Amino acid sequence: MFAEFTEALFSIFFIETLINGLLLGGVLALLSLGLNLIFGVIDVVWICYAEIIMLGMYTIYFLHVDGGMPLILAAACGVGVTALLGWLTHRLVIGYLLQAAPINQLLATGGLLFFFQGAAMVAFGIEFRNLGVSLGSLALSEDIYLSWTRLLSFAIAAGVVVVLYQFLSRSYLGAAIRAISQDREIMILMGVNTKKLYLLTSAIGGGLAGLAAALLALQYDVHPFIGLSFGPITFMVCVMGGLGNMVGGFLAAFVFSELITIGGYFAELEWGYVLAFAFFIFAMFIRPEGLFARKS
Amino acid sequence: MLTLKNVNAGYGDFQALFDVSLDVRAGEAVAVIGPNGAGKSTLMRVISGMIPATVGHIEMEGVSVLDAPAHDIVGMGIAHVPENRRLFPRMTVEDNLRMGCFMPQFRAKYEARKDFVYELFPRMLERRNQMAGTLSGGEQQMCAIGRALMSDPKILLMDEPSAGLAPVIVQQVFDLIERIRAEGLTVLIVEQNVRQVLRIVDRAYVLESGSLRLEGTADELLQSAEIQKSFMGM
Repeated sequence: MFAEFTEALFSIFFIETLINGLLLGGVLALLSLGLNLIFGVIDVVWICYAEIIMLGMYTIYFLHVDGGMPLILAAACGVGVTALLGWLTHRLVIGYLLQAAPINQLLATGGLLFFFQGAAMVAFGIEFRNLGVSLGSLALSEDIYLSWTRLLSFAIAAGVVVVLYQFLSRSYLGAAIRAISQDREIMILMGVNTKKLYLLTSAIGGGLAGLAAALLALQYDVHPFIGLSFGPITFMVCVMGGLGNMVGGFLAAFVFSELITIGGYFAELEWGYVLAFAFFIFAMFIRPEGLFARKS
Repeated sequence: MLTLKNVNAGYGDFQALFDVSLDVRAGEAVAVIGPNGAGKSTLMRVISGMIPATVGHIEMEGVSVLDAPAHDIVGMGIAHVPENRRLFPRMTVEDNLRMGCFMPQFRAKYEARKDFVYELFPRMLERRNQMAGTLSGGEQQMCAIGRALMSDPKILLMDEPSAGLAPVIVQQVFDLIERIRAEGLTVLIVEQNVRQVLRIVDRAYVLESGSLRLEGTADELLQSAEIQKSFMGM
């Protein structure tokens, strides 16, 4: 038994598992990035975030498959559409609820979730649609294959983190986005139009959802309920990293993805999710403010 | 330079200012003194647009302040150092200063203004990469004043700059204000520290229960029996 375990641990497939966990973490990190940005700045949790991703996937699907648009261009349009959806979400819904009780804000974005889902079902039907694009895999050896889609997702997620970090730390707008999350009221004294800044943040958050949509569309079929399969995990990654803490969310994404893949390696894949969620519940008991939350 | 005419303001149903008129001339330092809850902070907030005036006129160099969007007021040359400093605690000193320079028309002068602030407060240069929330009270006040100076304002509004500071530091803060005055800046300051503030300003107004009750030169008010009785415990 023990010998079997150690053998499994030093097996080349275990290394493949670890690498795959790392690559899955990249996608989770990208998923949590936009949600964390919006929460950190506006202090409202967008329950409907995964549904915006779903609509981004549909946009890319229709432009590429039905419209014949090159995939890269379709993905860029998807980012544009989700950025607009993010902008509209704030302009038409959240903007009116900034002073409302948090539970009302949650209910409103929860309502949007069902609205987006229902609208997608009415407009596109419930069939599963596949982009039909396969990037293939990279053979590291005879036995080890890494999916190019996951490698690409990881690279893009890492790239986005770097770009976002540079934007937030170097530019005036980025500084204002950090500042507004620390003291909303005095932004007027800095000459900042808070309404505009919130809209910009919502559009950036929406655009990040579109980027995630492009990567997810390569791996999964699109259907109106696809948001439900990665919405909860996105929230858990954000909460475990400390809601609004982008660095924490980024790290938590990798903790989560490694737990899922390692659990899946030693048992069935489903057990990987059980392990990850059990760890999440345990983590919430010992550090309810998030594993990587700063002490304030 | 800055003129208020018959200004009323408040929060919801609560009216905090009644028919306030005052003016500050270029190069002057003017104080508004009065007890807790007299509406001093409200007065500052109305001028910088943090709360709207319900009635009245506010003009900066002949241009109506109330007609401008609140976030454009700093662009008219009015910088406000808010009560309790209100720095961005999890940002560095330098990032806090940068926020003072946020408006596009100020950005070209960022380096020059930063040098000016560091020259005025060398301590801020030493602390430039430190989180503002970890500064001492006096240093936070320097940072807050520095942030307001980044926009190269014509008038500086200061709301209780000595509040919450140790007595030794309070003296330093008043010295700082004198140095800023020496740079030729116009200052409107709200203070509870009546005796000390009257030593560094030219004129002062007394605000009580939301209305201006007295006005005079600093010397007149320092000599006034009523002021001595109400504010200095004599």
